[in-house]
Order: sequence, then structure tokens, then C-alpha cells
Amino acid sequence: MNKTLERLKCGMITENPTFVQMLGMCPTMAVTTSAVNGLGMGLTTTVILILSNMMISALRNAIPDKVRIPAYIVIVASFVTIVQFLLEGFVPSLYDSLGIYIPLIVVNCIILGRAESYASKNNIWLSMFDGIGMGLGFTVGLTLIGIFRELFGNGTVFGIRIMPGSYEPVTILILAPGAFFVLACLIAVQNKVRSSKAKKAGVSVTVCGKESGCEGCTNTLCEGKTFTMENVEREKEES
Amino acid sequence: MNLFLIAVGAAFVNNVVLSQFLGLCPFIGVSKKVNTAAGMGGAVIFVITIASAVASLIYKLILVPLNITYLQTIVFILVIAALVQFVEMFLKKGMPSLYSALGVYLPLITTNCAVLGVALINVQKSYGFLESVINGFGTALGFTVAIVIMAGIREKIEYNDVPESFKGTPIVLVTAGLMAMAFFGFSGLIK
Repeated sequence: MNKTLERLKCGMITENPTFVQMLGMCPTMAVTTSAVNGLGMGLTTTVILILSNMMISALRNAIPDKVRIPAYIVIVASFVTIVQFLLEGFVPSLYDSLGIYIPLIVVNCIILGRAESYASKNNIWLSMFDGIGMGLGFTVGLTLIGIFRELFGNGTVFGIRIMPGSYEPVTILILAPGAFFVLACLIAVQNKVRSSKAKKAGVSVTVCGKESGCEGCTNTLCEGKTFTMENVEREKEES
Repeated sequence: MNLFLIAVGAAFVNNVVLSQFLGLCPFIGVSKKVNTAAGMGGAVIFVITIASAVASLIYKLILVPLNITYLQTIVFILVIAALVQFVEMFLKKGMPSLYSALGVYLPLITTNCAVLGVALINVQKSYGFLESVINGFGTALGFTVAIVIMAGIREKIEYNDVPESFKGTPIVLVTAGLMAMAFFGFSGLIK
């Protein structure tokens, strides 16, 4: 029981895909023009992540190691297609506003990342909770960014007017450039937190906290040093 | 004339990186030097143009007659992954000089969501074969323009005094945001 709770906490807080791991940035920037879209995209991804994690975990002994990536892609693409039709049928408004970004969930690196690093090594139950945790973490991230952009860019949250009528909305925030600016500030805050944390621990900022290595990492402060416990220990000794 | 409008629209008005947010990873990852950025752009033009042609043919000749268009996402992603492998093998044997110029960038393109994105947009807008190829070429051209400009700016940013927290990716994103604003100027080109 403890382990399942730990998976949830890991996905939502300690390894939050949006704020900590910075994965899946394309959909994050594209769909967070409003809180509803962010929430919808997050929940859609969550459903696909849970299903694909469970399926990959169930088949982890059946899939040969050499063709595992194509096999994962087919599994994920199948679930994406199913979910796409369900959305088209039951939530057409969301389907229209997310548009091409629903089929593009296939190439969302969070899903393949979890399949490769977690679901292919653990049992169905834990993989399911890993999917729930990561998915909800992604949903929370997207919704928060969506709320921020909608509130300041349009004066509303979930379509309800929050700002007083005299507030002049910063429309640029809900347009394409706004996405870049918001994300830039987000990463800057993260860099700040990381470097102050590292200073507190007496470790140089050049060691980052990412176990999966530097591939797809957006923390440019680390300059390519892969994170290992030995590295941290050595840095501590040196300083 | 219509084809020209499609190409210009795909390259500048609906720029794939700056207004559709596709292919951000290579845009941020491979834009440190103008040379490598241009190499990546060349590889992307090559692959996206071929991929949109093949995807369009498969959609028209296989998926539609068999009435299985609902499989498009699965089919496209597999076709693109296989195609990039084939292109790599073909270039290695057939055109070694082009291969050595593009070689390192080709495997990176499989993970570029712009390739799948273009194939899906072509279907969504029900483009014919020629229109798909032109749209693919235009999109890739837009990507190349954006990444080369970005690399040029980044080479200059090197000498600037950027706040500690904004070093690296954040300043790149701010620059991209400013570029996106500049690209809004193109939106009047096509009605």
C-alpha cells in the first residue's frame, strides 16, 4: 500500500512532469491558452498514460527487448486513437479546441518515458498508480499554467470572469508568444530553486538532479554532467 | 498560385515552431551554432517532404480504399519511423556526401513531432498529393528559417549579460517569443 501512495506522490510532486522534469513541452505550450483546455489535455493524457502503462506492464515479458520501442508506440497509438474517438463522440467541444494535439499525444515523451523507465520493469498495479500519479501531475501543471494565462490574458478562469471590468487583459499571454514567455519564466524559477538548493547542500550547480541522464533535459546549468550519487559525494568533498 | 499560397502559409503565417509549437525539442537543442542549425534544417526539409508524400500516398491508396482511415495515427507514426531508417540507409549507400552532412541529424528527426504533425494536418485539411508535398516542404522551410535565425541570435546572446536564472533555455524561449511576435507580421499576407 505504501508503495502505491509513493508512486502517486512521486508523479504529482517530487517528479512532477511539468514543473520538475520539464517533459511534454509541446502540448504544454500549445493547449494552455485556457484553463479548460489545459485540464482537458491533462486528463486525456492521464487516461492514455494509465492504459498504456498497464498494457505495457502486462506485456513486459512478452515483448522482445529489441523491438520494444516500436511495440510501445503501437500500444500508445492504439489507445490514443480510441480516446480520440471517445472525445469526438462525447466531448466534441474539447475535441475541436485540442484538434491536432490529441493524435500528437503519441509522440509525447512523458508516455514513452514512463513506459521505458517504469512500466517495463514493474507490475500492473504499481504501473497503474505510476500512470495516475504522473498523469495527475501533468494535469495539475497544465491546469495551473492555463489558469495563469487565462486569468491575466483574458481576465477569466474556466470561463468565469474574475478580474474587475476595468482590468485591461494582457492579450499577448494567450497568444503564441505568451506561451514562450510563460515557459521561460517557469524554467528560470526552476533554475533559481535548483541552484539555491544546490548551494544549501554545498554542492555545485553543475550537478543536476536528473536520473534519466541529459537527453531531453532542459536544465542547461549542468552542462552535461550526468547525475549520480557518486558525483554528488565527490562534489561535496571537493568543495 | 494556390500551391504557392499553401507553401507561404505553412512557412511563415502558421510557422510550425513559432505558432504551432511543434518540433520544439530540436529547435531548442540544435540551435547553438548557425552551421548545425542549417544542417538540421536541411535534414528536416528532406525528411518532412518525403514523409508527407509517402503518408499522403498511403492514406489515399491504402487507408481510404480499405475504409480504415481510423488507423491513420498508428500507420503514420510507424511509416515515419521506418522511413527515417530507410532514408538513412539509402543516403549512406547512395549519397555518402549528403549522408555525412545530414547523418547526425537524421535519427533525431524520428522524435520530431513536426513530421507526424504535418502528415496529420495534410489529412485534416484534405490536401491532395501535390498539395501535401508542398505543405510539407513549406512547413519544413518555415522550421529551417526559424532555427537558423534563432541560431544566429544565440551566437550573439553568448556575449550578453543574461541574469543567472535566465541563462540557457529561458533566454532562448524569450527570444523565441519575440520571434513569434515578429512572425505575427506575416499574418496579413494570406486571408
